[in-house]
Amino acid sequence: MRVVLCGMGNTVIEIVTETDFTALMIAVRDRQDKTAFAALFQHFAPRVKGFLMKSGTDAALAEDCAQDVMAVLWHKAALYDPARASVATWVFTIARNRRIDVARKARRPEPEELDWGETEPDQADVYEAGQETARLVAAMRDLPEKQRALIQRAFYADLSHSEIAAETGLPLGTIKSRIRLALDRLRQNLS
Amino acid sequence: MSIRHHLSDPLLMAYAAGNLPEAFGLVVATHVSMCDGCRAQLAAFEAVGGAVLEGTVLEGDSVAMADGALASLIARLGVPDTAKPLPKRGDFPAPLQDYIGGGLAEVKWRNLGLGVRQAILPTAKGATARLLYIPAGQAVPDHGHRGTELTLVLRGAFRDAADRFGPGDVEVANEDLQHTPVAEAGEACICLAATDAPLRFNALIPRLLQPLFRI
Repeated sequence: MRVVLCGMGNTVIEIVTETDFTALMIAVRDRQDKTAFAALFQHFAPRVKGFLMKSGTDAALAEDCAQDVMAVLWHKAALYDPARASVATWVFTIARNRRIDVARKARRPEPEELDWGETEPDQADVYEAGQETARLVAAMRDLPEKQRALIQRAFYADLSHSEIAAETGLPLGTIKSRIRLALDRLRQNLS
Repeated sequence: MSIRHHLSDPLLMAYAAGNLPEAFGLVVATHVSMCDGCRAQLAAFEAVGGAVLEGTVLEGDSVAMADGALASLIARLGVPDTAKPLPKRGDFPAPLQDYIGGGLAEVKWRNLGLGVRQAILPTAKGATARLLYIPAGQAVPDHGHRGTELTLVLRGAFRDAADRFGPGDVEVANEDLQHTPVAEAGEACICLAATDAPLRFNALIPRLLQPLFRI
């Protein structure tokens, strides 16, 4: 997606940014805009489906769940706060919760909602949150392959660290220290 | 409330990834409800999850949806929910109130002896969550752990060999920690505890009682 900003005179600056998804999500939230919803579906549904398949879900169930996740995005759009999370992060949390429902038939205890009030979100916060995914994706690309893979595994798979150890043959202490190292590097890359 | 003992990064990350047993998830959600620092850290881990989701396409892991999936979903979309959940007010944070089915008055305590009481909360297999009531000045029998135990203080405070734990503090104990938590004088201590293996009590009687009390 592209945003075209018209600058001074005839200068046209194109910025490829995740903020676009924020704008689409707000169009869904505030105006039930189905065109915006379709664009979000085209972008996120294949990612959610792939994410769930990496988590061990078979293709047919992953297809159904990805549809469910996008349906939740539509029906719960009122809960989306662009100052708190990027759309990708929000979609991730919906997909994660769906996976817990399906795989474990367990409830997921959620933290109490903070009372954020009805004030308009700060535009700087919205901008920052909108950028967070692109920055994290870039930071993850800069990690050594093994560290990136461990972080992906921790989020993809319904596996504890000790189960990752059994599968990769790495000792548990090594996995924990690699994940910690990878997260430290991510933090450095973002600061 | 000044919280000094927080959730560890591995716990917050596992909760963000959806990989914690429900009982541990309850302790994490309850602590996060009380602790803005851990709430922010949790949001950071969820953002990493968002980046992993977004990055599936770079790894060649995104998978095309079936033909017509979008059209059939759009045809099914109903009217969105507009209601936002209001923050609830009660004796305990909302996630815990949900599992109790109310506040302190609704807890179904069982006596463990010496005034110590517990209530097992309904969670999925793999780990157990329970509320503990320890009278002021009273000790919980000396015990070690076969797995991990998370203990979150809700009211009052306890001390053990490691430190003092007050409201909002969470103690993460593993196999290495042998401890005798003692409630501080003056006020009963109420904790939310989760274990992923039976506790190992060192005195004979408590061990015999373990199957009975599921601790």
